[in-house]
Amino acid sequence: MISFTPSEEQQMIVNTVRQFANDEIREVYRDCEESGEIPDDLVNTAWEFGLIATAIPEEFGGLGEEQSILTNSLATEELAWGDLAIAMKILCPSLVAYPILDMGTDDQKKKYLPAFCEEKYKAATAALIEPRFNFDATELSTKAKLDGGDYVLNGEKCYVPLAADADVILVYAAENGGCQGFIVEKGTKGLEIGEREGNMGIKALPTYELSLKDCRVPKENRLGGEAGCDYNRILNRSRVALSAMAVGLARASFEYARDYAKDRTAFGEPIASRQAIAFMLAENAIEVDAMRLMTWEAAWKLDRKEDATKEASLAKMYADDMVLLVTDRGVQVLGGHGYIREHPVELYLRNGRGIATFLGMAIV
Amino acid sequence: MIDFELSPEEQAILDKAHEDALKLYRPIARYYDEHEHESPDEFIDTMWSKRGEGALFGLGVAAALRIEETCWGDAGLMLVSPGIGLGGAAVTATGTPEQRERFLKRFNEGNPKWGAMAMTEPQCGSDTSAIQTTAVRDGDEWVLNGEKIFVTWGKRAVEQEGIVVVWATVDKSAGRAGMKSFVVECGTPGMKMEKLEHKLGIRASDTATVVFEDCRIPFENILGSPEVRKIDKTKTEGFKKAMATFDATRPIVAAMALGVGRASLDFVKETLDKEGIKIRYGLPRTKLTALERDVMEMEAHYKAAKMLMMRAVWMMSQLLPNSIESSMAKAKAGLAVTRITQKAVELMGPLGYSRKNLLEKWMRDGKINDIFEGTGQINMLVVARRVLEFSRDQLK
Repeated sequence: MISFTPSEEQQMIVNTVRQFANDEIREVYRDCEESGEIPDDLVNTAWEFGLIATAIPEEFGGLGEEQSILTNSLATEELAWGDLAIAMKILCPSLVAYPILDMGTDDQKKKYLPAFCEEKYKAATAALIEPRFNFDATELSTKAKLDGGDYVLNGEKCYVPLAADADVILVYAAENGGCQGFIVEKGTKGLEIGEREGNMGIKALPTYELSLKDCRVPKENRLGGEAGCDYNRILNRSRVALSAMAVGLARASFEYARDYAKDRTAFGEPIASRQAIAFMLAENAIEVDAMRLMTWEAAWKLDRKEDATKEASLAKMYADDMVLLVTDRGVQVLGGHGYIREHPVELYLRNGRGIATFLGMAIV
Repeated sequence: MIDFELSPEEQAILDKAHEDALKLYRPIARYYDEHEHESPDEFIDTMWSKRGEGALFGLGVAAALRIEETCWGDAGLMLVSPGIGLGGAAVTATGTPEQRERFLKRFNEGNPKWGAMAMTEPQCGSDTSAIQTTAVRDGDEWVLNGEKIFVTWGKRAVEQEGIVVVWATVDKSAGRAGMKSFVVECGTPGMKMEKLEHKLGIRASDTATVVFEDCRIPFENILGSPEVRKIDKTKTEGFKKAMATFDATRPIVAAMALGVGRASLDFVKETLDKEGIKIRYGLPRTKLTALERDVMEMEAHYKAAKMLMMRAVWMMSQLLPNSIESSMAKAKAGLAVTRITQKAVELMGPLGYSRKNLLEKWMRDGKINDIFEGTGQINMLVVARRVLEFSRDQLK
């Protein structure tokens, strides 16, 4: 039965997260951006919502509820509406938690999942992207090779969020013609975490380059053990999550520009009374909704355990294009003021540019 | 609960509609494009005999998807298919139960019939509140005078069988509040089809000028209240009724647009497929060809418009207010079909521009969806006013 209404439970989650994004994230996001740091208290408060722990089975300390990528997308939009960097930090542990929950061996679940059900936030991360312009997630340069009882990892990664704080890094590498995940624990020999990166936007989220030089991990650390992982599904989840973030970000920019245009007077009337401005805002409203509905459909398909490569890729491609268009218009509607850091629209534009780059930085 | 799944029954109806589109629409599509104003009588009879199919879906999402499927077959032919049409939609949306019985019952019996809606005039298009056609009360009758253009189904509804819903003012000084709609039955003296238009596309569809000269109709043929509320000019009930009809018809036009857009998209993908070119999803831009990128962009815009259309129709089926969602869907679908069909002609090179194939026709057919039932700009204006919470004075 076709329906566009979130369930009551989903709506409750949306309301709670929206309130938090409005009251707490938006209070501090600019300071975070300028200082490059996100307060632990803020992240711990968000952690208490149990966005990740909810779906982890009780035997590992979670609530054991059914996992829903669609519900996650709804919550993700709200967090990203608050601030993209803070949303990414809050959700970063899911880069490890969900692949292990979905595809990990029993031993991997037992060993790693309880950490995500603790009271305080636990940093964990994944390393997927590689530092080259023609990076292709389906053909990784980082290699894994079986040598006796170990896998030996070699390669370079970048944009690894929270790498310095994470106890566990899920490294994706090419192996036997496919791509697989390898659980690398902090301090493993051969794992070198580089300097914190400096990026155009999403500056509050620390990201790092990472190099693997003959980094050995036990055979049991291959995600999913001998069966391996469904890498394509991991990528599709990531596409959906980033699309949901793009929706939240685009909506934030659209709303700010809309309110500004109603308030700002020129030639004796609000600039929103001019069609040149009003039509940009109308198109923004349409595209934000279109992005959202495409994201929902892809998430819905993933929840049904179907192959959603087409839907997720199209949703992500559309989100990449539209988040830039909408956030650029946000700056344009504010004119000179849009360029000034007193208003958030310049930040939204810089963050929007990152969505297209950051495949694999989100997996909710 | 958010859900995008059709029931097996709905899917079966769509599959049937697709088969009909292939077997009944496609084979004659080119002929009636090249023989404008020639009537596809056999096709019309077939459609009339099949009118019950899919009726059980009312105005739900499946019904809209069925219309998409039909326009995937041919949009011009879809528009000559007999049925209640826009006129009937207006009666359904704004008529009393007796009026529905009196005017719509005929659509289930006898010969093929059409329900037209006459709103646009030579001097007013999008500004429908400026219409000049008058309705003057004379005892138990209304007397209509004026000229209406661009009436879809105009010839058939007037000259064959059916009804025409006419918008006229009962009091010019009252502005929008004086605007009312009236049902005129075919064969009423004083109503005449004057001219058939020659169009860019949807040539199978009869688009006519209809003239009213002292055309007398029963008093009960007015849809809604005859009263003009002059005191409060912002309460423009008559005008609002016209707009309420648009809330129902705009997503349907979006569905029509999507059908034409998908026809083009499918042609492109099938042609590429025959040449061994598959669209590869999930690759980075550095690996995609420009062609793949173009096709994926066309698909994404199609999908974006489709989701907006489905939402607008779904809201209508749930009796939720859907003005903004309808206009969003219509504006986006009009843009999307224009972009997709033009790109398809471009990508297919000589195959696209040639009249041997239907791509050039679809480009011409698709464009109407960015124009009728409110141009793209009018719909953008509706959306803009809503998101800004501006009145028509605040945003002109």
